[in-house]
Amino acid sequence: MQISASRLARHLFLVLALVAGLLARPALAQDISGALTKLTADSYADTGEAIADLATSGHPRAAVIVQAIQDKTLEFDAATKTVAIRAGSGVVDAATGETIAAPPAGLSPVRVNNRVRSAIAAAMGALTLMSPDPAKRREAAEAVFKSRDQDALPALEAALAKEKDAAARTALQTARAALVLAKTGASEADRLAAARTIRERGDQDAVSLLRSLPADTPAAIRDAAQAGAKSIETSLALWNSAQNALYGLSLGSVLLLAAIGLAITFGVMGIINMAHGELVMLGAYTTFMVQEVIRTHVPGLFDWSLAIALPLAFLVSGAVGVAIERTVIRWLYGRPLETLLATWGLSLILQQLVRTLFGANNREVGAPTWMSGSIELGHLTLTTGRMWIIVFALCVFVGLMLILKKTAAGLQMRAVTQNRSMASAMGIRTPWVDALTFGLGCGIAGIAGVALSQIDNVSPNLGQSYIIDSFMVVVFGGVGNLWGTLVGALTLGVVNKFLEPFAGAVLGKILVLVFIILFIQKRPRGLFALKGRSVEA
Amino acid sequence: MNLNEKLLGAIIGAAISAGAFATAADAADTIKVGVLHSLSGTMAISETTLKDTILFMIDEQNKKGGVLGKKLEAVVVDPASNWPLFAEKARELIAKDKVSVVFGCWTSVSRKSVLPVFKELNSILFYPVQYEGEESERNVFYTGAAPNQQAIPAVDYLMSKDGGDVKRWVLAGTDYVYPRTTNKILEAYLKSKGVAAEDIMINYTPFGHSDWQTIVSDIKKFGSAGKKTAVVSTINGDANVPFYKELGNQGIKATDIPVVAFSVGEEELAGIDTKPLVGHLAAWNYFQSVKTPENEAFIAKWREFTKNPKRVTNDPMEASVIGFNAWVKAVEKAGTVDTDKVIDTLPGIETPNLTGGIAKILPNHHITKPVLIGEIKADGQFDVVWKTKDLVPGDAWTDYLPGSKDLEADWVTLKCGNYNTVTKKCG
Repeated sequence: MQISASRLARHLFLVLALVAGLLARPALAQDISGALTKLTADSYADTGEAIADLATSGHPRAAVIVQAIQDKTLEFDAATKTVAIRAGSGVVDAATGETIAAPPAGLSPVRVNNRVRSAIAAAMGALTLMSPDPAKRREAAEAVFKSRDQDALPALEAALAKEKDAAARTALQTARAALVLAKTGASEADRLAAARTIRERGDQDAVSLLRSLPADTPAAIRDAAQAGAKSIETSLALWNSAQNALYGLSLGSVLLLAAIGLAITFGVMGIINMAHGELVMLGAYTTFMVQEVIRTHVPGLFDWSLAIALPLAFLVSGAVGVAIERTVIRWLYGRPLETLLATWGLSLILQQLVRTLFGANNREVGAPTWMSGSIELGHLTLTTGRMWIIVFALCVFVGLMLILKKTAAGLQMRAVTQNRSMASAMGIRTPWVDALTFGLGCGIAGIAGVALSQIDNVSPNLGQSYIIDSFMVVVFGGVGNLWGTLVGALTLGVVNKFLEPFAGAVLGKILVLVFIILFIQKRPRGLFALKGRSVEA
Repeated sequence: MNLNEKLLGAIIGAAISAGAFATAADAADTIKVGVLHSLSGTMAISETTLKDTILFMIDEQNKKGGVLGKKLEAVVVDPASNWPLFAEKARELIAKDKVSVVFGCWTSVSRKSVLPVFKELNSILFYPVQYEGEESERNVFYTGAAPNQQAIPAVDYLMSKDGGDVKRWVLAGTDYVYPRTTNKILEAYLKSKGVAAEDIMINYTPFGHSDWQTIVSDIKKFGSAGKKTAVVSTINGDANVPFYKELGNQGIKATDIPVVAFSVGEEELAGIDTKPLVGHLAAWNYFQSVKTPENEAFIAKWREFTKNPKRVTNDPMEASVIGFNAWVKAVEKAGTVDTDKVIDTLPGIETPNLTGGIAKILPNHHITKPVLIGEIKADGQFDVVWKTKDLVPGDAWTDYLPGSKDLEADWVTLKCGNYNTVTKKCG
């Protein structure tokens, strides 16, 4: 009890001291007029200085003013030296918060560049350390950690003394350690302790902090910091491999999505469909159309736009696929070379058609809120959108598997591709099954387009970049086998991502191609070769 | 030969002879202007706008009564983003359609492909896109930026206090001639400014690269070495969207690692959600957001012409406009469209640009330009944060590469595109 009472007393004292400090600085508080004058100079350097002055002024409206600069609502008039904040239709005086009845005509916003933005982040860090919201305090601590602004140390210590939230406390302690470590006046023991605290943080920022000590740092601290940086780097190297594997899975899932439709049309039916990429593109444009309609008519549904686009993209691409099958491909069964040329021509026609209808420029497809941003898991960065695409690709795979294996339509499809005449004799209308199977493969390409619209350009060229990769995956995985496509896509993705850091993106791609060529020499039927009668057919 | 082929042949024959009649009839009272920009294929995304720009300028000029009392007539061909086809279409324009001048090309490889044609048939090409330099030809006028009018000032800005005092550099580009040459020049320039080799990271990616996860995380790692880091991007058009999306997703803000791009303009940004990109930079010689009376009038007329109140403008468009106006002035000054006379008249011609300065055609066939640095705003436009005090004259041969620093281009006194100042010889 004794201890907590004394703690309480210390808190009380600190709070009182802080309040007293704020009250006892009227002279400083008046000083913001100097800062405000600097804001009217319309120079980035002066604006940056003004923000730093505001952060240390202790003026009650400092945070409001800095926030207004960030929001671009702070306006100035150089002639009358007026600095005001635009609030709705009127303006209020920046220093007093009172409404200005007759604002000067020359008001224009204070301009912001990266230098000013950095100053704002540092200032907001120092100014919001006492915010009632623990998340805000954590952000503020992070901002101080990044800015390493020694002036923020007293405010940081005051905040630390009354911090109760565990996460915010750790953040504040790390931020304090960052400042103490670089502080020339601090005792060696304190600085060593600070180096240990930062080492615990264990990420790339910590390494960079430990490696960039001021030149006059004593050798003992420098050594401790270097050792800390080294140990972090060793553990980061492991995390890095995990991250690469994850990137590989993500790339693999994209390849899987692009290739899985082709696994049906090329793998199961044996049709070389060069227009496959364009069907993916049609899916992406369907998503764009859906979002356009939602934006103009029901903006509230925007987060659902992808879910709405999925069935529509399936229908659009599927219908185009059936049309292609009925008008072109069915005349060319058993003539792969002619099919290749005809579908290549079709792909060019579809591209130019979309270019004529929508224009050559990229179209903007937005990401719903649940697909933006990233999650930090340990030292792994998981991009939310990419994670959803992995999940989605697996769902599509499982769904397709179920259709082929568990439904009557799937049974008919397999029957027709395995033994056409026998299936026909059993009363299956083989031409219609052909059309529907092709339509299914194309529809799935459309679904892939919905997902790809989230990570790639929605332009008429979208499909071209995926067609080669798709064929590569299907051939590598083994023609006619969905499992092969899954394993093939993920393998290629992971191999590619592990090669990229060493070989570079260009050479990495070449190496993967060479690897596939060698592999096909050895196993011409791919990873999962089909066995049985259909192989000889 | 079956019936279909015969029919096709007949139709083509008829079309050609009809075309020939039309040209013969018109030749007397119009001046023909060739437009050689891809309207299909991968480059259509960028080049279609330039075709529209030239058509717009011709329309404006004809409203003023044309040139030398004759109306201008556009001859538009589509080289379909196919480099050899560029040469064929150029030949068709010059030899068959007898155009007096050609406005065209975007990629360097397309320009290199048409060069022999323009030399052989002696015609004039206005090339409106920023490029890697290291070239000056008698038949070509380069109205886009040379490296010293874009890349080097951008790096200077980032090194300055306002730009963030950058000490560590990522040179990221698409794997082809423009990024490779520009990065070679920039690397030599940075080293001459005392940047250590380990503070420069160079990365190339294939055309249309869409999976940027590893590269962006590498950049993030490279940027957390305790020194201020910036990315100089020569990434080509289409690959930019996924690149910027990945930057946004991995939380790299412009205040942490700014990206300055040389090929991202208003048109490219139209396809992206720009909110996560606010503060990233682009270096150009023109931005739509520049507030000058010339620019505002131009944008208004352009939107009226295209009947699209939201149509954006960009830097290569301004370069096309400058090229067109300079050609008109030269033709009026020479009093003829004769190729040799116009080429001799063009150096020295001055025409206002859209940002309040004067573009002067120099003896090396490049022009004077201001250099602007813009920050991406949330609405996809640029906020100009820095501008060179004076106009920068374009330098064909860079001063920072060993083989090229002794070379000089001067088509007025030296009559040579690559005069070696050491050996005192041309070529």
